[in-house]
Amino acid sequence: MSRIKVELKKEQIDKIKTICQSFNNNGGELINVLHKVQGTFGYLPAEIQEVVAQELNEPIAKVYGVVTFYSFFTMLPKGKHPISICTGTACYVRGAEKVLDELKKELKIKVGETTSDGKFSISCLRCVGACGLAPVLMVGNKTYGRVAPEMVKDILKEYEAM
Amino acid sequence: MSEYKIHALVCSGTGCRASESDMVVENLKTEIAKQGLSDFAQVVKTGCFGFCEKGPIVKLIPDNTFYTQVKPADAREIVEEHIVKGRKVERLLYTDPDSKEAVNDSKSMNFYKKQIRIALRNCGVINPENIDEYIARDGYEALGKVLSEMTPEGAIKIIMDSGLRGRGGGGFPTGLKWEITRKEVNEQKYVVCNADEGDPGAFMDRSILEGDPHTVLEAMAINGYCTGASKGLIYIRAEYPLAIERLKIAIEQAREYGLLGERILGSNFNFDVELRYGAGAFVCGEETALIHSMEGLRGEPTLKPPFPSVEGYLKKPTNVNNVETYANIPVIFNKGAAWFASIGTEKSKGTKVFALAGKVNNVGLIEVPMGITLREVIFEIGGGIKDGKKFKAVQTGGPSGGCLVEKDLDTPIDYDNLIAAGSMMGSGGMIIMDEDDCMVDVAKFFLDFTVEESCGKCAPCRVGNKRLYELLNKITDGKGEKADIDRLINLGSVIKDTSLCGLGQTSPNPVLSTIKNFRNEYDAHVLDKKCPAGVCKSLMVYEIVEENCVGCTACARACPVGAISGERKEVHKIDPTLCIKCGACEERCKFNAVIVK
Amino acid sequence: METIKLTIDNQVVEVPKGTTIYKAAKQLEIDIPVLCYMDLKALGIEHKPGGCRICSVEVEGRRNLAPSCSTEATEGMVVKTHSMRVMNARKTVMELILSDHPKDCLVCAKSGNCDLQDLSVKLGIRDIPNQDIAEMSTYRKDFSPSIIRELDKCIMCRRCETMCNQVQSVGALSAVNRGFQAVVAPAFEMDLEHSTCTYCGQCVAVCPTGALTEHDHTNKLIEDLANPAKTVVVQTAPAVRAALGEEFGMEAGTLVTGQMVTALRQLGFDYVFDTDWAADLTIMEEGTELLDRLTRHLNGDKDVKLPILTSCCPGWVNFFEQQFTDLLDIPSSARSPQQMFGAIAKTYFADQIKKKREDMVVVSIMPCLAKKYECQRDEFKVDGNPDVDYSISTRELAALIKRANMDLKKMPQSDFDNPLGESTGAGVIFGATGGVIEAAVRTAYEVYTKKKLAKVDFEQIRGMEGIRSAEVDLDGFTLKIGIAHGLGNARKLLEDVRAGKSEYHAIEIMACPGGCIGGGGQPLHHGDLSVLKKRTEAIYREDAGKPIRKSHENPYITKIYEEFLGKPMSEKAHHLLHTHYTDKSKKIIYLK
Repeated sequence: MSRIKVELKKEQIDKIKTICQSFNNNGGELINVLHKVQGTFGYLPAEIQEVVAQELNEPIAKVYGVVTFYSFFTMLPKGKHPISICTGTACYVRGAEKVLDELKKELKIKVGETTSDGKFSISCLRCVGACGLAPVLMVGNKTYGRVAPEMVKDILKEYEAM
Repeated sequence: MSEYKIHALVCSGTGCRASESDMVVENLKTEIAKQGLSDFAQVVKTGCFGFCEKGPIVKLIPDNTFYTQVKPADAREIVEEHIVKGRKVERLLYTDPDSKEAVNDSKSMNFYKKQIRIALRNCGVINPENIDEYIARDGYEALGKVLSEMTPEGAIKIIMDSGLRGRGGGGFPTGLKWEITRKEVNEQKYVVCNADEGDPGAFMDRSILEGDPHTVLEAMAINGYCTGASKGLIYIRAEYPLAIERLKIAIEQAREYGLLGERILGSNFNFDVELRYGAGAFVCGEETALIHSMEGLRGEPTLKPPFPSVEGYLKKPTNVNNVETYANIPVIFNKGAAWFASIGTEKSKGTKVFALAGKVNNVGLIEVPMGITLREVIFEIGGGIKDGKKFKAVQTGGPSGGCLVEKDLDTPIDYDNLIAAGSMMGSGGMIIMDEDDCMVDVAKFFLDFTVEESCGKCAPCRVGNKRLYELLNKITDGKGEKADIDRLINLGSVIKDTSLCGLGQTSPNPVLSTIKNFRNEYDAHVLDKKCPAGVCKSLMVYEIVEENCVGCTACARACPVGAISGERKEVHKIDPTLCIKCGACEERCKFNAVIVK
Repeated sequence: METIKLTIDNQVVEVPKGTTIYKAAKQLEIDIPVLCYMDLKALGIEHKPGGCRICSVEVEGRRNLAPSCSTEATEGMVVKTHSMRVMNARKTVMELILSDHPKDCLVCAKSGNCDLQDLSVKLGIRDIPNQDIAEMSTYRKDFSPSIIRELDKCIMCRRCETMCNQVQSVGALSAVNRGFQAVVAPAFEMDLEHSTCTYCGQCVAVCPTGALTEHDHTNKLIEDLANPAKTVVVQTAPAVRAALGEEFGMEAGTLVTGQMVTALRQLGFDYVFDTDWAADLTIMEEGTELLDRLTRHLNGDKDVKLPILTSCCPGWVNFFEQQFTDLLDIPSSARSPQQMFGAIAKTYFADQIKKKREDMVVVSIMPCLAKKYECQRDEFKVDGNPDVDYSISTRELAALIKRANMDLKKMPQSDFDNPLGESTGAGVIFGATGGVIEAAVRTAYEVYTKKKLAKVDFEQIRGMEGIRSAEVDLDGFTLKIGIAHGLGNARKLLEDVRAGKSEYHAIEIMACPGGCIGGGGQPLHHGDLSVLKKRTEAIYREDAGKPIRKSHENPYITKIYEEFLGKPMSEKAHHLLHTHYTDKSKKIIYLK
């Protein structure tokens, strides 16, 4: 997993410690802790994982092993407007691949990456359950249904000024 | 519910919310208040109605008026016309595609006619955030009955008699699974609800949790009583925020009502439920992987036996059932095992929820009795193939399943028939394909998914699926050789034969079943270097039809790689060695002179 | 015991209930091929992740093939281990594994000693179908001072992960990533050097391929031996002589001390010395430190730290510098025998032969991979010149002897050189778990009580139990001793110390199971307890045969104190023979 270097402030470390304590510093709760921490910080850089490992008294290698196993966890910050595209079967059959290609072309990034200005990131997710609207993409919490490749430019435009 | 004369049920499932159904709710409320009818009409946010194709759905009862594709701006008209004046808003009614007539009563819609809703009985009917509405529809009655009148053995016998089988994929008899855990002697046991719905095209579990969370809690408590477990865990995908929210509310309410916690309903039975979050790993749908994930580990499966029913979470006996299985439990106690067993086929009882999607007119969530045929599902409930195209295949069982074809359409759907036909029930994804879908590409799509989701523990799945994918890629790239198809078959069979868990043991199914049913399509790719469906880019050839070309040079100017040559007013030519098949020329030509072969 | 009967390849076999198909077949002398499977009987660990699927067999009535290593045999089961379905599956799976494995066997460090290669031969693999379109995993090669990781060769058997976590509790390695990208690595796929790795080398000892190998210094050694300007001095650790013979087809437990000395001399070393001599020196320093702390403790000094922990095992030192940084003042400050030897060789001995430090090359032959790191530590350098230049393992030495066309079996015996070659039985037993503390007790008893020991052997200290304790009567005072081997066991004792619950006065810790005889640089023992036992017996046999068996009676030790060091823990001794420990837990985890 590619990574970036982060310097944690004391308050941030304390915040992580508080989260770990709320799970009794129990290593069995590692995944719940990581969810909470990612929810707070947006991503899980190495430095954060190190604090979690220390607090839960688990080897850092194990924490990293768990973080890299689950696709929900990320070590890179997402864009200001994270774009998720559904690659479930229903969306695939209705042309999600072409929409994704268009997105990649427009933003000049690959899946899992963030644009250099930090605005957009692309990730794939499995069925969001809006198969009636396939193909579906989400920008932040907003869902766009029946997306055609031609619509991608306009959707991005909505956020460019934001 | 009774004090209101009219209830406006608005779908608040994820699909409809994506089309602003929340705004519809708000606007309806405002309009009703404006008309001073707040004591007369009530707006209820419900779970999924299933008819996602036409969402957002607003249903008015008592007369079952079914409004489709309602926009926030339509709220005013619905209130002013329908609620105030009693006149239906014709333009929002569902129109039958055959008769082209508006349907007044949802019960006469083809989409609903053949459905029997047991697991989905409350979805689209009650407000999932209000326990009273669940209780008003016989909720927690089954739990009360079991606790006060039955022994665990007796209750399990009812489940056994009902013939209920696990709805998560494997179809293991639920009663038997419970009995195994019950027999284990241990001071601590667990019951688990598997809500890690991973099939990329199935969303029934989420819809149940969003639309009727209490049914799962009630069933888990019954399971706890039967198996001797005091603790329940729901393992749910973190990507389901709405379902999580509603479950949290439901758990709080159930605790408040004394339906979870200590001495439930005055009995000696203690039971409580906690949530555990999945983090995006399809393999965690497999029981042992799910348990490791709940323990804070990588979700890698381990060999069974020991089965979780004997040695599971924290090495304690653990009974794992999926959401849809649980949703059937309370009804079985309320209506009886015999009633439940009267629905379905000899070996598969009750109903099954399917997520109908793909190239079908009525995309949505349906619940049908076991034994219904694929034809009924696709052509009656599903309203046939979109845009009048030709049916080609239906994929069931998700990445573990296979493709079924025309000849399978009249096979009654049940666990065993689907397996015999080369597919499987799976969790209930049902994707319809038409003549425009390339089956090699479809197989590649599923393999891409499995490669992504393989945990990497065992060699056949970790490396084998990757190699299958590469071979398929070679074929869709136009570089396939005849031996590659045999290689796919051998490799696929060995991966099935040697993989550690269910994921690898089924991952070659999409490849093997498409080879079996569409061998000619594979041959066309490999021998003729053609993609009959016109999907595989590398196999397409762009050509200029001499008769149509006027020599306007538009195509040559559009070509990004300079593959088109020709003088003005003369016939142009495409150099196939340079062409990257981007399609720009075809798009630009106004004379239909560019064709794809 | 309840037994069951099953049929394997048409033969009926009766086995205890709970036996796996693999072991039941073994009973019939049917050797089902395995790859990821590893049975560490000595440690009570059976590693059977069921990952490679090479051991798949056909079970009548079962839908798919069964992994024999982890499938329990049941009554009436009918198993076929070589049906054509099985043979095809096994070959296909092997082709898959090899399709993601480099084919550079000719120059691979593991060539000729590789489980994967052997299996490929056995299964008759001649071609990898579709290799031309097969993507292969690629990773950075990671060179640490002790261990080289070449993860392109990792087959995900996960044996190293088991050793690092379950046995050693070090936690440096974990499976990371998912699917095709999955591999065993330290956190953030950083270099081993920056991880919590202790270089105990137990991962290397079990790796079935060339993914984990020792940092090999033999080619450097050949250059130095060929250089006439260099005086090359070698020291050999006690455990080497008890295992080296195995590499030449000798029975485990064959002592080859004399043959080894001859071989080293024939290889061209200028002086062939014995680390055992330095072990005697260690006892003088460490034993004195123990008595000093004990006496102060008995005199009511509240500041004195007890228990004292031995410090001759470099893997163990790395472990506590990483993970028990609050206990850094408890271990003895005495350097390990390897380092004491180096410090003396490049001062006292260099003076005697009138050589300059920089013209000397001190090499050690060790059963250990952590020693490679230890001799590179800054504490053990003078102006950048290390006391011990480098260390080679028992396996590397065996390979070098073979490379020089020598057969150890046919070697005549000869003695070590002096003055750094003469040792006592106490020095020899450093090689086995419990040996260091027994050697220390032999000396401490006589120094403390000023009486002669009636019996030199302290059998109550010996054994293979992971954690042991013993009490020794020092003329009225009961000395309480704890012993742990394997870092997982060490952790348990240390956690007691940390919690203030430990009642011991002294604890001996060895990082590797069995002590140095089971070290990460030894001939592979595959977890076979009998091999470790035989090596241990050999060590004690050499001890029993020695005319002198107590360190303080070694005349060359007495001499060096008289001529050079003064007395134990003198200022000079402190300078040359002691060290300090630093908190290494705060690692910079960034990738290079």
